[in-house]
Amino acid sequence: MDDPKTTPEPGHEKAEQASRIFEASRSFGITPEQYMLPAQQQIRMLDAQGTLVPVEQQGTGPGHEYPIPEDEVLLKAYAALVAGRRINDQNYALVRQGRLAVYPSSHGQEACQVGAALCLEPGDWMFPTYRDTVSVISRGVDPLEVMVSFRGDWHCGYDPKEHRVGAMSTPLTTQLLHAVGVAHAAKLRGEDSVVLAMCGDGATSEGDFHEALNFAAVFEVPVVFFVQNNGYAISVPLSSQSAAPSLAHKAIGYGLAGEQVDGNDMVAVLATLRRAVHLARENSMPLLVEAVTYRMQAHTNADDETRYRDREEVEQWKRKDPLLRMQTFLTSEGILDDDAAGRITDAAEKVASSLRQAMTAEPAENPLEIFDHVYTAPTAQLLAQRAQLDDELQRATTTEGAQ
Amino acid sequence: MSTITATSTTTFASALNTAMSDAMEADESVVVFGEDVGTLGGVFRITDGLTKRFGANRCFDTPLAESGIAGTAVGMAINGMRPVIEMQFDAFAFPALEQIFSHIAKMANRTRGRVRLPIVIRIPYGGGVGGVEHHCDSSEAYYAHTAGLKVFTPATAADAYLMLREAIDTDDPVVFFEPKKLYWSKAPEDLSTLRQTYESDSAHSRQIGAQGQAVVVREGTDVSIISYGPSVATAVKAAEAAAEDGISAEVLDMRSLVPFDEAGLIRTVEKTGRAVVVAEAQGFVSVASEITARIQERCFHSLASPVLRVTGFDIPYPAPKLEEHHLPDVDRILDALDEMQWED
Repeated sequence: MDDPKTTPEPGHEKAEQASRIFEASRSFGITPEQYMLPAQQQIRMLDAQGTLVPVEQQGTGPGHEYPIPEDEVLLKAYAALVAGRRINDQNYALVRQGRLAVYPSSHGQEACQVGAALCLEPGDWMFPTYRDTVSVISRGVDPLEVMVSFRGDWHCGYDPKEHRVGAMSTPLTTQLLHAVGVAHAAKLRGEDSVVLAMCGDGATSEGDFHEALNFAAVFEVPVVFFVQNNGYAISVPLSSQSAAPSLAHKAIGYGLAGEQVDGNDMVAVLATLRRAVHLARENSMPLLVEAVTYRMQAHTNADDETRYRDREEVEQWKRKDPLLRMQTFLTSEGILDDDAAGRITDAAEKVASSLRQAMTAEPAENPLEIFDHVYTAPTAQLLAQRAQLDDELQRATTTEGAQ
Repeated sequence: MSTITATSTTTFASALNTAMSDAMEADESVVVFGEDVGTLGGVFRITDGLTKRFGANRCFDTPLAESGIAGTAVGMAINGMRPVIEMQFDAFAFPALEQIFSHIAKMANRTRGRVRLPIVIRIPYGGGVGGVEHHCDSSEAYYAHTAGLKVFTPATAADAYLMLREAIDTDDPVVFFEPKKLYWSKAPEDLSTLRQTYESDSAHSRQIGAQGQAVVVREGTDVSIISYGPSVATAVKAAEAAAEDGISAEVLDMRSLVPFDEAGLIRTVEKTGRAVVVAEAQGFVSVASEITARIQERCFHSLASPVLRVTGFDIPYPAPKLEEHHLPDVDRILDALDEMQWED
């Protein structure tokens, strides 16, 4: 007799995707549900003081193993953390000085920012949001190019194809689908590049979040969805955003594995993301990683955080600062000494100084260029409008000259 | 449908199907996807046989989500593909508008021309087929209004083939509006001749190019009837009827709304001195409005009569029982001609 649990109704056969999950979970000796659901607790390697958590308390287990990265990688991550914090704070200052139009800071989220960049190979791709400046810079894009759009220029500054980094996306979660498409194209060509798709907690309410996870699972493409849960979507807290047990739990509904990690623990973030990227590449499968972190500053300079959260809450998170934890850990393990710490601080200072200089200079923009890239060749209407603006500019110059 | 026989008659649908299979044959990066486009061949069978011929990697069904289809196309185009995506019906494309407006239209500009998205979004549109609500919209104005998109709409089988080939080959994103009431219309065209023409010299056989290229489909001297897509055939019938009343009407098929062939428009209106603009879409804030405004701006001194519009009413599409009262027809165009000023 057919087992009703394993024999589907005709026309209702399970997607092939299910068998991949079955395969993966079997290899870990656990059920597909145990594999897809996040571990019993957040993955955490360092406690709030920066002390290494005993292995049995890290939250890891079969199918949820996260080996700690090598010392060299950890040191690199620390350097990027220090630079990231310095970049955040420099840009924050530049906004106050009126040199930048806007800057959504990731102050407090730097472990996530750095982890997102360092888990990828050069041939992989990243699709960031407007709050992921530090990730984009950590990936190797010139900080001055990244900041161009925040200065108020009309374009994204860098070449997305050269760096394999999408233009930082403002419309929430729309870029997750771009990530799926990039991964699908790579898969059709037989390439094994992984795509990291980034979004925040609020963005998980958007329809494209659902569509992207579903498409990725059905297409069986190696996309790692990386959700930085920083507690707030501008003013709206997570409790008003989702009733799910965690955002990592959303994965199982689409047939992919989800994990939740302490987003202020640099070691855990990097370990979890590296493992996710590895699994995605090996199995051509999407995964979701939710990092629980905190936005230490307002949404942007235009936001007033005192209207929706207490100072005390912010102070509590200050005590979980990813930088101090990592510094304490690396120092106590003997991975970071004074010399290295000094070099790292100097390098960060250099980046900040170059940002200051570049953003204080007046950009030499050519207003006529706004017509040049709308189409491969401008239409007759755009050519006429270009000529009109050109004429206006020339008359303005003549008038200025006459005065 | 995917194989071409020696017959010299083709349908509009077959021309589109052949254009896609020829483009897929010519370029491995061309991929076709959407809802039901694989095994079924699309609800209108426009992608019939493509999966069988090119495999499920080149023509495939997606989950049922239009934003997902458009957004995935963005990523595939970023990574070297030339996606041709199908929106099953005009009004079903609306969930994809954010991807189309905020990314497909703007990516080239946002990246200073470094990332171009050679995506074709095929949309069956318009009424006259007895479709129910959400199946008969003429939504071209939304796309034509969005900078960065090209908007093509063929009115003949030859244009269906040549313009779709061109749309797939162009590096700009193209919204390709297919008048669904023309799908099964037959025309004396030989697709293999069209293919030879296009493939031997695609630069010269391009119908639209950078500036658009409207065509005069019927010569006349007294009035210009300006139209596109599903209304062109109606405009030609009206011109033939007007000829019996002694009015010589010229019919212009715009073919492409973006780029817009302003020079071609000016030419015909300056020649005839009168213009009626015909389109199925509701007239308020429409492509017909834009054409009318341009005639007024550019041809004022050549005009012997106010420019008139014959369009759908400003109502939700009344499908299907009352659609005949809504769609511009020959009589309504003739009424407009009657209304024009004919004495000097």
